[in-house]
Amino acid sequence: MYDLDGNAIAAPLFDVFGVEMTTAVGTCRGCGWAGPLAEVAVYLVTPGVVARCPRCDALLIVIVDRRGMACLELAGFSSLEQPGGPGATGRTRPTRTEPRRTS
Amino acid sequence: MLQVRTETPRTASLVLDLPQWPGHRPGQHVDVRLTADDGYQAQRSYSIASAPDEDQLVLTVERLDDGEVSPYLVDELHAGDQLELRGPVGGYFVWDEPLGGPLLWVAGGSGVVPFRAMWRYRRSVGSAVAVRLLCSARSLPLLIYADELRQLACDGVAVSVTLTREQPEGWQGHRGRIDRDLLAEISWRPDERALVYVCGPTAFVEAAANALVDLGHEASRIRTERFGGTGT
Amino acid sequence: MVFSRFRGRRVPAEDAGRVPPGQYVTNGFPVLSAGPTPRTPPESWNFSVQGAVRGAQSWTWADFRALPRETVTVDIHCVTKWSKLDTSWSGVSLDTLLDAAGPTGRFVLAFCDGGYTTNLPIDDLRGGRAWVVDEYAGEPLPAEHGGPARLLVPHLYFWKSAKWVRGLDVRDHNGPGFWESYGYHDYGDPWKEQRYQGD
Repeated sequence: MYDLDGNAIAAPLFDVFGVEMTTAVGTCRGCGWAGPLAEVAVYLVTPGVVARCPRCDALLIVIVDRRGMACLELAGFSSLEQPGGPGATGRTRPTRTEPRRTS
Repeated sequence: MLQVRTETPRTASLVLDLPQWPGHRPGQHVDVRLTADDGYQAQRSYSIASAPDEDQLVLTVERLDDGEVSPYLVDELHAGDQLELRGPVGGYFVWDEPLGGPLLWVAGGSGVVPFRAMWRYRRSVGSAVAVRLLCSARSLPLLIYADELRQLACDGVAVSVTLTREQPEGWQGHRGRIDRDLLAEISWRPDERALVYVCGPTAFVEAAANALVDLGHEASRIRTERFGGTGT
Repeated sequence: MVFSRFRGRRVPAEDAGRVPPGQYVTNGFPVLSAGPTPRTPPESWNFSVQGAVRGAQSWTWADFRALPRETVTVDIHCVTKWSKLDTSWSGVSLDTLLDAAGPTGRFVLAFCDGGYTTNLPIDDLRGGRAWVVDEYAGEPLPAEHGGPARLLVPHLYFWKSAKWVRGLDVRDHNGPGFWESYGYHDYGDPWKEQRYQGD
């Protein structure tokens, strides 16, 4: 069993694609499983991120952050699509935030 | 950091003042990064516990016994400290009004955190969407947001609680782990096509989601968020 | 932003000279994996040395356990920045395994249950610097740490010490394994901080 799902890599996926990706629907080339990226099986091996098909464990995503440049693998998908509709993308974008000191 | 508020013996809420916060959708999370003075860094994700219209951002953190980051956040932070965080992130495990209902929210332990953002948002926008919330906790002292949960019935949220290890004298709620029978009792009928959200430790989420599918709920209307680790 | 009270899991290294640059010493033993843990029972297990060799060899679990064994205590350094000192392992030296096959090629690709691979120069597996180990701290190697057996090459970053190893494919040319094909360094010397290609 895997520990984490695609929700845990929402931020690295956003960094690579420039849009919210956890609702994008991927189809596994190996077994045909299709589902939102939020449901893939995630393995965090910092600085690497690996995501596999939750049904057949086929490799779907590899992201290696090499000092600001990402090396990306997506060949395990036979398709990867953004859905339409109000549930698709967030209306806000992630930001890097450092709050002011308060006391 | 405005305040560190103890919720249970194992959890605390971090109340943050973020004037530049762009807003968020209920259910989203943030990634928190800590840097030690020798440059060592560790990062973890935490669900946002506050609604988008609130002045302060709230994160509720559970202290994991073998955790690297959570013991620091729960036990060592205090008012005046700063946090480095990134977000909001996540577009899948979110609920806002256009998504409709009825809703079934199933929470294991600290999995209740994103639902707090959702129920507070639902109240603030005056939504009438029907909600059934099922929370699982080891014991009553470890039930997060217990006071708030008691008030939720006034907002039209039907709350059920199961205590898995210890129950107080005269406990009227459920006992034992969430299983197919309890879900059959609590949840909407499959033909009512509820939107289902399940959040908590990974084993908990797998068991609950599988049981709901067995009961006839459409897998495509079940959204899950796994927190890692083993069950409550 | 610095949190002077945050220490994470690290402990101060008693001898800083033992710790490569950019590393932090830990008392724990993090389990990091790129996929689900394979569970291969010993009766199904074998280890092969094949490819550019004079005579390909394969050992069953019983064969392997009958080979000359050593117990070694080494420091290990993971590219994810943790180092663990004085770890104790038992197994068979790669010198024994390679000598049996007579390699002619200069590079190996280690291959493993679960599909993981990693590449190394064959010289780095020789001279008492590498083992196939099946025990950690005196106990059978747990599956989550690579059991039944893993490669142990402590002078390189620990991603080269492939878990669930099933053999070596000896080659004339150096081709990248799993992490190497995503940008990790081909060689991986922690003392030169060779984490990524081009370091």
